[in-house]
Amino acid sequence: MKTQVGLKVNGFEYDLLIEPHWTLLDVLRDAIGLTGTKEGCGKGECGACTVIMDGEAVLSCLVLAIQAQGKNILTIEGLAQEGRLDSLQDAFVKYGAIQCGYCSPGMIMTSKALLSKNPHPTEDEIKTALSGNLCRCTGYVKIIEAVRNASRTEAGK
Amino acid sequence: MKKDYVNIGKRLPRVDAIVKATGEAKYAGDLSMPGMLHGKLLRSPYPHARILEIDTSEAEKVPGVRAVVTGKDTIGFKAGGISAQGDEPYLAMDKVRFIGDAVAAVAAIDQETALEALDLIRVEYDELPAVVDPLAAMAEDAPRIHEQAANNISFKTDLAYGDVEKAFRECDYVREDRFETRPIRHGFIEPHAALAVWDHSGRVSFWGSKQSPYFTYRNLAKALNIPLSRVRVIQPYIGGGFGGKNEMFNVDFSAALLSRKTGKPVKIVVSQEEVLFAYRQRHPTVIDLKTGLRKDGTILALDAHIIADGGAYLSIGALSLYLMCAFFCMPYRLPNMRAKGYRVYTNTQPSCAMRGHGVPQARLAAETQLDIAAKEMGLDPVEIRLKNALKPGETTPNGFRITSCGLEESIVKAGEIIDRWRKESPKDDGRRKRGIGLACYGYTSGPRMAGHNTAAAVIKVHEDGGISLSTGSTDAGQGSDTVLSQIAAEVLGVRLEDIRYGMVDSDITPLDPGTFGSRVTFFTGNAVRIAAEDARGQLAEVAADALEANLHDIVFRDRRVFVAGSPDRGIPFSKLVKIAQYGGSGKTILGRGNWAPDGIEVPNFKTGRGNMSAAYSFGTQVAEVAVDTETGFTRVTRMAMVHDCGQPLNEMAMEGQLEGSAIGGVGHTLTEEIVRKGGQTMNPSFLEYRMPSTLDACPLEILHTDTCDEVGPFGAKETGEGIQVAVVPAIVNGIHDAIGIAFKRIPITPIMVLDALKKK
Repeated sequence: MKTQVGLKVNGFEYDLLIEPHWTLLDVLRDAIGLTGTKEGCGKGECGACTVIMDGEAVLSCLVLAIQAQGKNILTIEGLAQEGRLDSLQDAFVKYGAIQCGYCSPGMIMTSKALLSKNPHPTEDEIKTALSGNLCRCTGYVKIIEAVRNASRTEAGK
Repeated sequence: MKKDYVNIGKRLPRVDAIVKATGEAKYAGDLSMPGMLHGKLLRSPYPHARILEIDTSEAEKVPGVRAVVTGKDTIGFKAGGISAQGDEPYLAMDKVRFIGDAVAAVAAIDQETALEALDLIRVEYDELPAVVDPLAAMAEDAPRIHEQAANNISFKTDLAYGDVEKAFRECDYVREDRFETRPIRHGFIEPHAALAVWDHSGRVSFWGSKQSPYFTYRNLAKALNIPLSRVRVIQPYIGGGFGGKNEMFNVDFSAALLSRKTGKPVKIVVSQEEVLFAYRQRHPTVIDLKTGLRKDGTILALDAHIIADGGAYLSIGALSLYLMCAFFCMPYRLPNMRAKGYRVYTNTQPSCAMRGHGVPQARLAAETQLDIAAKEMGLDPVEIRLKNALKPGETTPNGFRITSCGLEESIVKAGEIIDRWRKESPKDDGRRKRGIGLACYGYTSGPRMAGHNTAAAVIKVHEDGGISLSTGSTDAGQGSDTVLSQIAAEVLGVRLEDIRYGMVDSDITPLDPGTFGSRVTFFTGNAVRIAAEDARGQLAEVAADALEANLHDIVFRDRRVFVAGSPDRGIPFSKLVKIAQYGGSGKTILGRGNWAPDGIEVPNFKTGRGNMSAAYSFGTQVAEVAVDTETGFTRVTRMAMVHDCGQPLNEMAMEGQLEGSAIGGVGHTLTEEIVRKGGQTMNPSFLEYRMPSTLDACPLEILHTDTCDEVGPFGAKETGEGIQVAVVPAIVNGIHDAIGIAFKRIPITPIMVLDALKKK
């Protein structure tokens, strides 16, 4: 039995008819068409599906869409404003933190949640925040460097 | 050779980075089409069984199910090979050979309906005795997994050069050890995914997560029994491959077959769990190795006996086995050697290429043993490597010709790093013991093998000065789209942002073997250089006319075309293109380039003779570890690599490759292992199969040797793949240095460390 839910994603309201067991990830990707959020494992183990819900980084594969009702959801597609990349996206590009790119949206969203709470994290804090986001390509070195540099850009604003 | 380039050698961001940072880049699983159906695969629950009957009638009755297919709906094409007969049906015909073998596929209006239907397919199996251990599989009375393969041997190699027996008699020191490497996985985060559309004109269009899409292009035609001209393979972005996305798989085939049966687009995305137990792995090996040296440390002879667990099917295992054996010849001088290899079928998931392809297993054994030998003989591990290091101009006994080679320099520099680190950190910090290990490698810059192995590029020049570049190569994350674009930009005298890199579309882009063996930059890079030179030559003729200058005096640089020595006598590049296109009857500027190395003797897998590559990369890896003697836990605290990749084309991209390879190697050495019980994978999840996370990342120092390759594009060679060969033994040797125990099995778990310390 499908149910009606209202979701607020990247500032837009969506009225959707969904199955109660559908995850936020399913709904973002299949019902709304926001495929920037990736599914790596579907079990909360890889971090690829990370989005921000009311300021917290969450694994959208572990959140039911109906649990997300009334919450503010930010996905990778909502980061760039007026054609300008977010400072984190910009840093990921500039410091070579992206290779295959499949983990990148999740990495960027986890980092975004970190920087909005802790604008000047130490290296250890960055590593801890990102420890649930797996990447096989980069060895994490340039990802950590990008987050560190983005935190400096933010500070300079 | 340092030239003043505009694009080459610069730390330029990747051409695909922005669309990947915004989530706009589309991967196979992101694609959808009107009317699209979703597919799922039914897999064998038994490691070895005969299929007696498959009843799909109940599944077909489920509302929303549009088609169910089994092996009976296929022509029985068997995939796999390279120098041997294929043996892997995409959907099982008579038998299943491992837990996860695909038996049937369903297409339905959504994934849930497809899953519901899978549950209703009744398969009657006659369970057969299974064998999951490669040594047991070789026994006379072992169950036979493939009819044609006696003793379950899927391929064997026997390489012998020099007089091994005589050489061992002349040695002052000989030792024999058995090494074991466990199965590991490629670790890409994007699961296998495919979307296929069959239309009634008899064409199939295919989008899949394929690092080597032309494998799929050919095999779709063969397996569907249609002409090649009826197949179109289009490549979306690829979420990592590392060797595990070369071949066409059952997911790809089933999407196409179900689309043919339903007349609808069909997408299949497998779960990560399925990737873990039902797809590919790196060959686990048991290696008996004997090395003989003179007392001054000169290696005189080596005798290796390899048993490689190939799993249920051949895949490209013949090549894997050849590489394992042949790369004992590199990177040290080895006048007498023998390497006997057996690739054995077992009832487990099939083994294939993975970063370093076969070489990591062999070099782990050789580098660990060399370290033990050095220690026992009282020789310095740096000196012993320096003494035996190959030099430019040498030829290995199997025929690898060493051209550019910075190995000696890399060992010397690595030695300096070790000296510095020794001074910086104390060896013994109470319960934590520190150690430093090193290891060397040599690797191919693209194999030249039998069959289609050349590279090609096409360049089209636009009137705004933009360039369309297409090749048949894919970027699975390694950065080749960027590096190839840099090459085109440099030759044509434009900027990187002027290049539009076209991803593979088999209808349009040139034929290419694929992304493997570190061949893309080297092979396709040369093809791109030639294509760009061709286009530049056509434009130079127009420029010579327009500028009233000699053809050979035309210079292309940073979006301008001018006469050598008189930069003022010039015009913008875009204007030149317009003059060419608009003048007279008009010119279409199209550059074409094809490339393969000349005069290379293609390797013979059985004898091992031949020169597989036109250039080899070299390097030395240093790893510092801290072993906690109370918990058995090992941490890699820092690493350094001194690396001969010729001239780096993009340092930032190159560093990223090396860093990823190095941290991956930490996982392979310390934590990663596919654990199985009776053929059942016990850890098919990222929680239980422990790949490195940010917490395992460590500082890395990256240094280059001063080398430039004559054949490589702008002097470049392989990077990022070969280093993984040396990372693992460098860590193993670091642990040896720390606690005096040389482990001969990876991964080295805390329990192994504690047990070994107790026994010591």
